[in-house]
Amino acid sequence: MASNKHYDKYKSNGGVGGNVLEWIDARFPLTSTIKSHLTDYYAPKNFNFWYFFGSLALLVLVLQIVTGIFLVMNYKPDANLNESGIPIAFASVEYIMRDVTGGWLIRYLHSTGASAFFVVVYLHMFRGLLYGSYRQPRELLWVFGTLIFLCLMAEAFMGYLLPWGQMSFWGAQVIINLFGAIPLIGPDLSTLIRGDFVVGDATLNRFFSLHVIAVPLILIGLVAAHLVALHEVGSNNPDGIEIKANLDENGNPRDGIPFHPYYTVKDIVGVVAFLFVFSIVVFFAPEGGGYFLEYNNFYQADPLKTPLHIAPVWYFTPFYSVLRAIVWPILGIDAKFWGVVGMGASVVIIAFLPWLDRSPVRSIRYRGPIFKAALTIFVVAFFILGYLGTQPPSYVGEKVSQVCSLIYFGFFLLMPWYSKIDKYTIPPERVTD
Amino acid sequence: MKMKSFFAALIMVPALAFASGAEVHLDKAPNLQGNNAALQNGARLFVNYCQSCHGASFIRYEKLMELGLSEQQIKDNLMFTSDKIGDTMKIAMRPDEAKKWFGATPPDLTLIARARASEAGSGADWLYTYLRSFYKDDARPTGWNNVVFANVGMPNVLWQLQGIQTLETVKEENGTEHHKLVLSEPGQLTPEQFDKQVADLVGFIVWMGEPGAANRKAIGVGVLIFLAVLFVSAYALKKNYWKDIH
Repeated sequence: MASNKHYDKYKSNGGVGGNVLEWIDARFPLTSTIKSHLTDYYAPKNFNFWYFFGSLALLVLVLQIVTGIFLVMNYKPDANLNESGIPIAFASVEYIMRDVTGGWLIRYLHSTGASAFFVVVYLHMFRGLLYGSYRQPRELLWVFGTLIFLCLMAEAFMGYLLPWGQMSFWGAQVIINLFGAIPLIGPDLSTLIRGDFVVGDATLNRFFSLHVIAVPLILIGLVAAHLVALHEVGSNNPDGIEIKANLDENGNPRDGIPFHPYYTVKDIVGVVAFLFVFSIVVFFAPEGGGYFLEYNNFYQADPLKTPLHIAPVWYFTPFYSVLRAIVWPILGIDAKFWGVVGMGASVVIIAFLPWLDRSPVRSIRYRGPIFKAALTIFVVAFFILGYLGTQPPSYVGEKVSQVCSLIYFGFFLLMPWYSKIDKYTIPPERVTD
Repeated sequence: MKMKSFFAALIMVPALAFASGAEVHLDKAPNLQGNNAALQNGARLFVNYCQSCHGASFIRYEKLMELGLSEQQIKDNLMFTSDKIGDTMKIAMRPDEAKKWFGATPPDLTLIARARASEAGSGADWLYTYLRSFYKDDARPTGWNNVVFANVGMPNVLWQLQGIQTLETVKEENGTEHHKLVLSEPGQLTPEQFDKQVADLVGFIVWMGEPGAANRKAIGVGVLIFLAVLFVSAYALKKNYWKDIH
């Protein structure tokens, strides 16, 4: 011990007479962590409506984990039929809904939470587009966020198989078959994913394992990395200017305020408002008009009865439309493969935004008309793609989705050009309200 | 500010894209939830006319007490397939045998009202229309066909109550043809009485889909009131903390 220069700080023995916090701080950076991440972490004071969705995403993540823990206590990942001819997995969901005390609430919180997660994350990402939150030095923060989005899609896709209804089964069937279109390895790859030659009990069991263990672990790790990166570089703000460029005599940003208590009390307001809207769905419209719980999924999975119209859940539909829009075989490879490539690219391309944007300013407030128009058209195209993805294929739908897919990719790929030639105004030195 | 018109434009988008088409017009089923007399009658019709072939394997007999029935009433009048009040309303027929006999296993009906919902109408509307749309068709093995569910495997189990309908082709003056159901042989009930019975039955099937629905909404009202109060105090707290910021 003699070699330890800070020996003094270990002296507190944590006894009744001593200082417990001192004892802990000597062994674990409790006070300093709270300081650096909450009470001495300075956030810009001009956050607006769009800045609620980060903390709300964290809230929904916790909600999904907690409700998920309780669902697993009664859910059975078993595709075998019970004596009434109903798959045990499907029956166990109804058991939760009817016979488990409070089970209906836990299940509706979880199923509505899945849709809420995507609502919140889409709005959170849109905030990034509005104010250029992905720009240097926040590139890694943005890349982590994109990875979280990817993980979330995998998590939602696998979770949707678990109730073992018709849409669970056929949705998984369609998506896993897509992998079969990859040249050479495709058929083997889709068999590997299914664990069988058809979607069945093996598929259900591995999806259950991935949904409750593997993907959540990765998700939580990525969320931690996302927050560490955020606290390293600090938050952007609606003006898109760096608050750290203007420090007071104590070295704190003049336009910043400590996250706690200011943003903790503000985020509580956001949380309560969110829970209000969320509760309206959970208690009064848990099916979300057939969008949150698809009507067809109240039928048990039947491998012999293909539904007339297989539609993914709403949060996948924009990307599903991109997939369906690509109908031409290229280089002698099936169009389905290029559809998969297009769908994958439409998600992955989001990660490249920091290097595609060449505007001298970050925030839409100081950008010119070209970017504003581009973003508007992009969002409109995204909504149309989302709508078309819920609809059965049609000639007009195909043409419209091709145009909208072009707009979608054009928004990203042409950005280095149009963001550079666009007009802009010089942002102020200090944040505005 | 320009942002306002930007978001206004976004809100308009879904309206542009919406269009829906329904193949068969569905009649609106009356909402009978909370009407225990009607739901009890629906339960009676269900066990008498449906439960020979269709199970309701997620509903326990004791759950029917929530419709205002006593345990003894349920045991005496509604329990033909079991003698334990805690049993589910399943049927004795095995699914694989049913498939052999009928060509298709009659589906479990616990969730049918939720599964049958679509853009064309609620599951209740579908059932209400379907059960009143059988017509005589000698080309079918059962002798029955249905306008809503063409070539359905199920016969018209309610025909004694309803009578026999036939599908007539009506020719308009402009040359277009359309089909119309005609009651060619009256049953024990008048059409109005029959519609009322079917409505009760459908009401019961809707109730089975989620017996806790009424309780869920009641709790929801309390939750929203609580959150509204919490919002006011959370907002006041925020205002107070932020009064020195600007």
